[in-house]
Amino acid sequence: MGLRVLAVDDEADFIETLVKRFTYRQIPVTAAASGPEALARLDAEPFDVVILDMRMPGMDGLAVLREIKKRHPLVEVIILTGHASVEAGMQGMSLGAYDYVLKPVDFGELLEKAKKAHERKQLNEARSRQA
Amino acid sequence: MIQDELSKLRLKLIAITLAFSFIPLFSLGLGLYNRFYETYLDKVYESLSNLVENKKVTIDLYLSERVAQLSNLALTESYQDLSKEAYLEHIFGVLQMHSKSFLDLQVIDQNGICTAYVGPYQLKGIDYSREEWFHKVMARGIHVSDVFLGFRKYPHFNIAVSRREGDKTWVLRAAIDSDIFDSLVRSIHLGKTGDAFILASDHVLQTKPRFGHAMFDTLDFPNVPRFSGTRVESLAIEGQTSLYAMTWLNHKDWLLVVKDDPREEMLPIMRARWLLILLLAGGTLLIVGGAVWVAGGTVKALVRAEREKAALDASLTQSSKMAALGKLAAGVAHEVNNPLAIIMEKAGWMRDLLSEEDIKASPNFQEFEDAVSKIEFHVRRAKDVTHRLLGFARRMEPTQEDLDVNLLLDQTRSFLENEASFRGITFISDYQKDLPRIESDASQLQQVFLNIMDNAIDAIDKNGTITVATCHLPDTGEVDIAISDTGKGMTKEAQEKIFDPFFTTKKVGEGTGLGLTISYSIVEKLGGHIHVTSEEGKGTTFHITLPIAP
Repeated sequence: MGLRVLAVDDEADFIETLVKRFTYRQIPVTAAASGPEALARLDAEPFDVVILDMRMPGMDGLAVLREIKKRHPLVEVIILTGHASVEAGMQGMSLGAYDYVLKPVDFGELLEKAKKAHERKQLNEARSRQA
Repeated sequence: MIQDELSKLRLKLIAITLAFSFIPLFSLGLGLYNRFYETYLDKVYESLSNLVENKKVTIDLYLSERVAQLSNLALTESYQDLSKEAYLEHIFGVLQMHSKSFLDLQVIDQNGICTAYVGPYQLKGIDYSREEWFHKVMARGIHVSDVFLGFRKYPHFNIAVSRREGDKTWVLRAAIDSDIFDSLVRSIHLGKTGDAFILASDHVLQTKPRFGHAMFDTLDFPNVPRFSGTRVESLAIEGQTSLYAMTWLNHKDWLLVVKDDPREEMLPIMRARWLLILLLAGGTLLIVGGAVWVAGGTVKALVRAEREKAALDASLTQSSKMAALGKLAAGVAHEVNNPLAIIMEKAGWMRDLLSEEDIKASPNFQEFEDAVSKIEFHVRRAKDVTHRLLGFARRMEPTQEDLDVNLLLDQTRSFLENEASFRGITFISDYQKDLPRIESDASQLQQVFLNIMDNAIDAIDKNGTITVATCHLPDTGEVDIAISDTGKGMTKEAQEKIFDPFFTTKKVGEGTGLGLTISYSIVEKLGGHIHVTSEEGKGTTFHITLPIAP
């Protein structure tokens, strides 16, 4: 099964370009401009990896992450932060995020991490099926 | 400025201390001295006055006795009896039994002719009618003469009494040895240069003084009108100031004078004065010394307090500055990172599109390719800056590991040794062998050491030494690491800004100006301190103190 990505960021230009670049590489990607929208999308259709910005108006990244892990524990989350808080990144990791990346990010690196996250998800799924 | 004020304060303290010490000291000293001086002077005057008074009484008594003897004789005996020389001789014998000072005795009739004489000279028949004393005794009844040599060639004086018997007046006259006065006057117990004498009203000496003059000399003495009692005065006579105690005798217009050397009398006062001067001088020295010492100590304590305060202020200012800068840096970095991320993605997207066949054929393809590469390159450069800023601002919990600072320094050094030897720079290690191990974050510390050593190499440029010293500070339980270079050093202004973000002395593009800022925040986070001392042209030393256990 191919990698399905949900990109969540309130920066429209950023998310738009991200969508274009994933699409260019034939990776299905959906954009969400806020936390609640992202959760709604996740409920509506399955995703493998969520690329989640930490700082967003309204519901912030950490809250979204908590919610995602509660509702869809198998979905992997890569935290994207433009903020000083490596601390926030670490906190995210402890909440179950797969990795965190500091903005501005090299697309290749992000793609690599997304692929690895997908692999882990598949592994976890296989394990949970066996159990 | 402050130095000026401090020296002013010091002088003020000294002045106040001196004023408040000297005023009581001197007023006490001088007051006591004056009191003592007056009292002593009174005593000296009084004793002189008593002395002269006593002598006066004695001499007056002597004179009045002699006058009384003669008067009694004149009143009890008749001219008839006394003019017989045999009887006169008998009477003279009786007189001499009482007092050896009678030299002779003569009877003179009212015409001034000596009618009878007893004594060692031949005076019978001498006519005294023209003598002044004869007229005086005839008129007043008693006459005491001044001392003179007379026919007798021997200092003496005469007492004459007259008696009226019927219609005749006759005179009984006796010569009296004036030696008795000398002995009476001189028996006064006086100091070495003290003297005593009797002066007649015309200032002729009636007794022989101990010094300077002979008998019958006229003394250059001021005119002293007759007064009762005694008087003590300091007079300058013949160029010599002395104390003179004077009194007029009752029975004769003679002035009894006792002279005393004021220097001798005042000797105890002089001693007291010297003692006072000595005490005051000693006291002055002590007080001046004490005042200078106290003022110096006070000012020193003030300077120390001021310095401590300044150091504390500086360190507080520095840490609050760093905290504020950290927040600012984090904010700026975040705000810049989002647009940077968009630029990065857009550039990436352009690169994606450039890989398509038809665009590759475009004549400007190479130009697009280059432009995108440059955009990506400079976004990465900007990213480096913002990420370093975030690194400076982040509050990641440092790890705690047991580490050997000397070893860590050696490891860090090894990274730089190649470059250093290439530039002719040698490392010198001055480690304390038994340096206690500390609990800290090795990788962060390594970042700090690396940064400082790297700066040291840049400061030296070519040929020099970097000395790395470590020591244990048992007082504070800290380890001190000193990294000194022999580089170009820096100004005071540069030292103040050295830890500020983006402060750099390197060429544009070579340094971000964040290395020391990050080092500072790391060391502070690890519970230590970092500070710099530098002298232009001589080099710079960074001191890092780290707690042994956080």
